[in-house]
Amino acid sequence: MTYDAPLTLFEKIWRQHLVKELPGGVALLAIDRVFLHERTGSIALKSLREAGRPIVDPSRVFCTMDHIVDTLPGRGDDTQMPGGRAFIVETREAARAAGIHLFDVRDADQGIVHVISPELGIVLPGTTIVCPDSHTCTQGAIGSFAWGIGSTEAEHALATGCLRMNKPKTMRMTFTGKLAPGVTAKDLSLVMISRFGSAGGNGYAVEYAGSAVEALDIEARLTLCNMATEFSAVTGLIAPDDKTYNYLQGRRFVPQGADWDRAVSSWRQLPSDDGASFDAEHSIDVVDLAPMVTWGTSPQHAVPVTAAVPQQQASGASAEAYARAIGYMAVEPGAPLEGLKIDAAFVGSCTNSRLSDLRRAAMLLKGRKVAPDVRAICVPGSMAVKRSAEAEGLDRIFKDAGFEWRESGCSMCFFAGGESFGPRERVISSTNRNFESRQGPETRTHIASPETVVASAIAGRIADARKLAG
Amino acid sequence: MQPFVRLIAVTAPLLRANIDTDAIIPSREMKTVSKTGLADGLFAGWRYQQIGGREVNPDFVLNQAAYAGTQALLGGDNFGCGSSREHAVWALAEYGIRAIIAPSFAPIFFSNCVRNGILPVRLSAEDVAAIAAWVECNPQQHRVSFDLPAQTVVADEQAYRFELASEPKEMLLEGLDAIDLTLKHAPAIKAFQQADRARRPWIYDIGGR
Repeated sequence: MTYDAPLTLFEKIWRQHLVKELPGGVALLAIDRVFLHERTGSIALKSLREAGRPIVDPSRVFCTMDHIVDTLPGRGDDTQMPGGRAFIVETREAARAAGIHLFDVRDADQGIVHVISPELGIVLPGTTIVCPDSHTCTQGAIGSFAWGIGSTEAEHALATGCLRMNKPKTMRMTFTGKLAPGVTAKDLSLVMISRFGSAGGNGYAVEYAGSAVEALDIEARLTLCNMATEFSAVTGLIAPDDKTYNYLQGRRFVPQGADWDRAVSSWRQLPSDDGASFDAEHSIDVVDLAPMVTWGTSPQHAVPVTAAVPQQQASGASAEAYARAIGYMAVEPGAPLEGLKIDAAFVGSCTNSRLSDLRRAAMLLKGRKVAPDVRAICVPGSMAVKRSAEAEGLDRIFKDAGFEWRESGCSMCFFAGGESFGPRERVISSTNRNFESRQGPETRTHIASPETVVASAIAGRIADARKLAG
Repeated sequence: MQPFVRLIAVTAPLLRANIDTDAIIPSREMKTVSKTGLADGLFAGWRYQQIGGREVNPDFVLNQAAYAGTQALLGGDNFGCGSSREHAVWALAEYGIRAIIAPSFAPIFFSNCVRNGILPVRLSAEDVAAIAAWVECNPQQHRVSFDLPAQTVVADEQAYRFELASEPKEMLLEGLDAIDLTLKHAPAIKAFQQADRARRPWIYDIGGR
């Protein structure tokens, strides 16, 4: 498709999926792919079945077991979460009855939805893809419009092939300059959220652009887009380029042969045109950025690992919110974060559990040991990531250092009632949310890059990985 | 879905920013594949003395006699952020909450509210604080009036106008099922898909080796 006026990437995808304009500025938007998981998708499937409504096109619907499934070796349908087995069994039955693609507990392609969707080529540039999961925005890194919805909206997408929505505004967040060694996409996202606030993206589809974004590999771009929901954005997305096509080519569900060539040539039309206008434009110079770590209970409570816990005036939080966060986290205003003693370290989640994350972490871990009394866990994002990591010997490095090496899943990114790190335990975590009790009742979460997590695991204290890398 | 037209409600202030859906309903309280049986777990981490327990925390606003029968909440910025779990909204609705006023809502939560008969009202932080201050003087007497057709909230004899797009407004007023509405456009959807299939066959004909 060609257009007269310069358009943004988001606007192009929007127009290509516009079925009909409805009254009140509402668009009926075609949905190309629906992904479900056993936590929230199970309810959508069950509810549709009870209403007697068929899924309009099951071949474009995918489901995985990631949220509740155990990640301990030798796992089956039983889970540590009380009642978890029922979610898995009911999801399996509903998925089979509906005839949708299912990546079951023992499937070789099982994994976290936002890890396996790009890995299998389910999300493609220019597509619309939804999942009842807030981190669906991760997949915008492929050049798609990918966003999280509720279960009721998932039912709508399944039953009609469309969603009704008001068009979000557009924002371009331009990252200029070149990242220093040891500073990652995770740090970029935390800088952005700390600077503009955790509601800074509210109402927007945010396109990430600029030289620092172009330089990121696809897995790092997925990490950057993953955190768009922590910015309260509708989604984050990045223009597809040759890296995207090279990443996707040959994957299980991508178009083949002549279709591939045709698809790529259409995808090349997607990037925002010169002169395209956005409703908001911001930029961040990345040159002087450092690895980031959170000190409080919102992703916006993030500072460089070399910095101190900010005083209230500089924290961006209200006096009440600040006092609550400081109290919950048991950190001291003005005290350095580096050196703060930790009890646990977690590498995993849809944010940072891909092969490149594990490789970078393993490079720092090699020949070193996790500090005594630190519980350290690594959960690869998919079974394919796990196999690749094992083929390279990364599992040995993690295990020799003292990390548990798990089966793939969301695991301890959140507490579902089963496993937890324990009350008041301090965890350094490569995940996305440091909310109160997110990783377990009263557990204190500091989010950071995988590098910062493993460096801290080795030190037994929050640490600057750049010193370790030497 | 229960329609929302007008409501005069005991309204409880919960003014902290970034009240996330984990706080509204902790994951551990989502025990079965069901949209019901969730009210008991609403705000469980704040409402009860202990994790998993049911001994009430008397300090939590909804546990105070002054706020008995609460049907509306006043919240801080970015209300409902975090997980997309619609359980948060199902739990609020089952508990009896029909409206929430906040300076901003996380987008998925906002949409989930509209689809479950809860009116999300965006007012400035100053207005929310003013309403909260008035309510707190005498929560049972100082009830907040919500008028969706007029798009106003009335508190302390002051009317606050709020914005809401026409479709969510209609859906709330009529208690409409969005799937039924959309299926009326089935011919347009079919026509779109036929044309789109010619343009982008790889979207529809998924091989998958």
